Amino acid sequence: MAVAVAVAVAAAAARVWGSSRGLGQAGLLLRRSAARGLARSLPQRQEQQHFPSLDDKPQFPGASAEFIDKLEFIQPNVISGIPVYRVMDRQGQIINPSEDPHLPQEKVLKLYRSMTLLNTMDRILYESQRQGRISFYMTNYGEEGTHVGSAAALDNTDLVFGQYREAGVLMYRDYPLELFMAQCYGNVSDLGKGRQMPVHYGCRERHFVTISSPLATQIPQAVGAAYAAKRANANRVVICYFGEGAASEGDAHAGFNFAATLECPIIFFCRNNGYAISTPTSEQYRGDGIAARGPGYGILSIRVDGNDVFAVYNATKEARRRAVAENQPFLIEAMTYRIGHHSTSDDSSAYRSVDEVNYWDKQDHPISRLRHYLQSRGWWDDEQEKAWRKQSRKKVMEAFEQAERKPKPSPSLLFSDVYQEMPAQLRKQQEALARHLQTYGEHYPLDHFEK
Amino acid sequence: MAAVCGLMRRPLEQVTVRDAINQGMDEELERDEKVFLLGEEVAQYDGAYKVSRGLWKKYGDKRIIDTPISEMGFAGIAVGAAMAGLRPICEFMTFNFSMQAIDQVINSAAKTYYMSGGIQPVPVVFRGPNGASAGVAAQHSQCFAAWYGHCPGLKVVSPWNSEDAKGLIKSAIRDNNPVVVLENELMYGVPFELPSEAQSKDFLIPIGKAKIERQGTHITVVAHSRPVGHCLEAATVLSKEGIECEVINMRTIRPMDIETIEASVMKTNHLVTVEGGWPQFGVGAEVCARIMEGPAFNFLDAPAVRVTGADVPMPYAKILEDNSIPQVKDIIFAIKKTLNI
Repeated sequence: MAVAVAVAVAAAAARVWGSSRGLGQAGLLLRRSAARGLARSLPQRQEQQHFPSLDDKPQFPGASAEFIDKLEFIQPNVISGIPVYRVMDRQGQIINPSEDPHLPQEKVLKLYRSMTLLNTMDRILYESQRQGRISFYMTNYGEEGTHVGSAAALDNTDLVFGQYREAGVLMYRDYPLELFMAQCYGNVSDLGKGRQMPVHYGCRERHFVTISSPLATQIPQAVGAAYAAKRANANRVVICYFGEGAASEGDAHAGFNFAATLECPIIFFCRNNGYAISTPTSEQYRGDGIAARGPGYGILSIRVDGNDVFAVYNATKEARRRAVAENQPFLIEAMTYRIGHHSTSDDSSAYRSVDEVNYWDKQDHPISRLRHYLQSRGWWDDEQEKAWRKQSRKKVMEAFEQAERKPKPSPSLLFSDVYQEMPAQLRKQQEALARHLQTYGEHYPLDHFEK
Repeated sequence: MAAVCGLMRRPLEQVTVRDAINQGMDEELERDEKVFLLGEEVAQYDGAYKVSRGLWKKYGDKRIIDTPISEMGFAGIAVGAAMAGLRPICEFMTFNFSMQAIDQVINSAAKTYYMSGGIQPVPVVFRGPNGASAGVAAQHSQCFAAWYGHCPGLKVVSPWNSEDAKGLIKSAIRDNNPVVVLENELMYGVPFELPSEAQSKDFLIPIGKAKIERQGTHITVVAHSRPVGHCLEAATVLSKEGIECEVINMRTIRPMDIETIEASVMKTNHLVTVEGGWPQFGVGAEVCARIMEGPAFNFLDAPAVRVTGADVPMPYAKILEDNSIPQVKDIIFAIKKTLNI
């Protein structure tokens, strides 16, 4: 019906203006309708020019697709969007046995212990901020599954660019409690020499790039690093973590686009935890989350249940295999929930209900789901749970007490690492400080600092 | 061009600033395969200002990369690639557009080595034309020497002639710190004699060292980039009146070689600074402040004077634009005023 109307309109136009283009349009439409067997119902038109068959397919350099003669806007599908891949249900039972990664007991226990140790450390360090012992902290409650599930699927040498809520990746890579604490306390053992706010970890040995505060800046950087890995033929993937809020930044757009055009072996891992400080996802975006953006850039994308460690593991594992083999980016959007506050500077009861938080804590938590799985396999029980809780708390408390007792880094480090080689005027200032402290040191709390 | 074709170089060959930069990059790309160039139009188009002419043809897609239009994107990519061990040269079509990437340059490139406690170096070079051009209006004419010179963690160089351009780009690429190379579009086409040392593939100009382009006794005139040429012209004019100017080409903005300037002021007792950028918080302001803080202050016979761009967004109308940047007559005027002539 619409075709007949369109043809009539075009024919009318042709009559009014008599332009060959008008006729041409009518001619095209007629040919189309002929293909659908409607030609007989349409009035005869004048002889048309014959266009070469190439003209039937769009030749635009910018896109390859068919023509369509029906006006139709593509509907963003937010009601039934991209489905959420999961392996376990909320009770830790495998839903589809063919998706079970069949991880050995040791590995699953390592996943569990990493998540729970992180959880314990989070509790203690959060409290320590409340007590004025450290200046700031960010917990990972509820998102532990996204960290360890993905970390377990990578090689130890794969490069990690995080945002700030990925401590579980380091935990899985056996970053010692001592060093977590050292960074939060800024003590002499801190690899970062006390130069950053707490939770801004960095570890060269474990291929974890130092956390940087401005959001999403790590996204194009990760792409650049992936490009370097591709150049080096290193059999190495770069994984880049970010939240659904950070994905709104311009850097994210640029990073996704470049990863696709430069064909880089990178996994974009979005932790969609429902909130960016107080901004809920309903105000952060109107599309179907972050996974739906991937195809817009030409990136293979998937949405997974972030609280299901095995789903996260499976998706990351496959993404890694293909990213390296095919030199192309992958986008994984892990749906989860931020059970804790954004940070110690936030009180989330101001913008969400305690009931909502409790629901996720009690009904859908990555740690309890994995525990159910472990218990149903006979690999864990209540006694072991009790013992491990006691042991992990003890470990954390010991590291914590040690961290408090350690001195701060030496004041002479005030001047280093601005450049690779210390410039003359900084060296002069460093020497002037040393001389000053020699004479007046007693007036300063020097015993809190390393010499 | 001789550089790209690799013809035998004669001593004292005339090479434009553009070709000098091209030669410098070409030599460093050849020397170290971790070096690569990325930016808009740098590959098949040979560069928006043709500075990368011939490089894509010689080194191909892997080393010379055209990027989509996102300064924040490709600056971030460059930073990430540097973090992962490559040595990128990130070209901004002009430094005006670097403002769209300023977070990547300052918060990531400049500060990361310090903030990571020395774990994470970022050996990236940001280069491109800086400062006034001709008839491109305010959004294409800003000088960023003071902006970037302000930040610890960055090195900032500002070449004037071909020798400067070649030696400094090579030093910048070999430097393990993030380096900002402020070129000048109006200088790209200007030929200079390249002395024979500058034709060696290991010719480097040290970052952090100024050069005395012209010896003098009556007054020290300090400039960077294109104004150095104007100062030398002014010096030639004034020489006929018996005034001998010592013209210092800063070459590096940060770390600033204040010692060379101090030694000169201690000799001449007078100081004029010249720059294309705006006066407030500018390069000249920094030079004057440091002179006051150091031994040279006691040798000044008159207050130091700055000659700068006019404190307005660059006008478009030619007559206004011409009068918004320091001209030779402005430099002569400032010198005579300082000398009380």
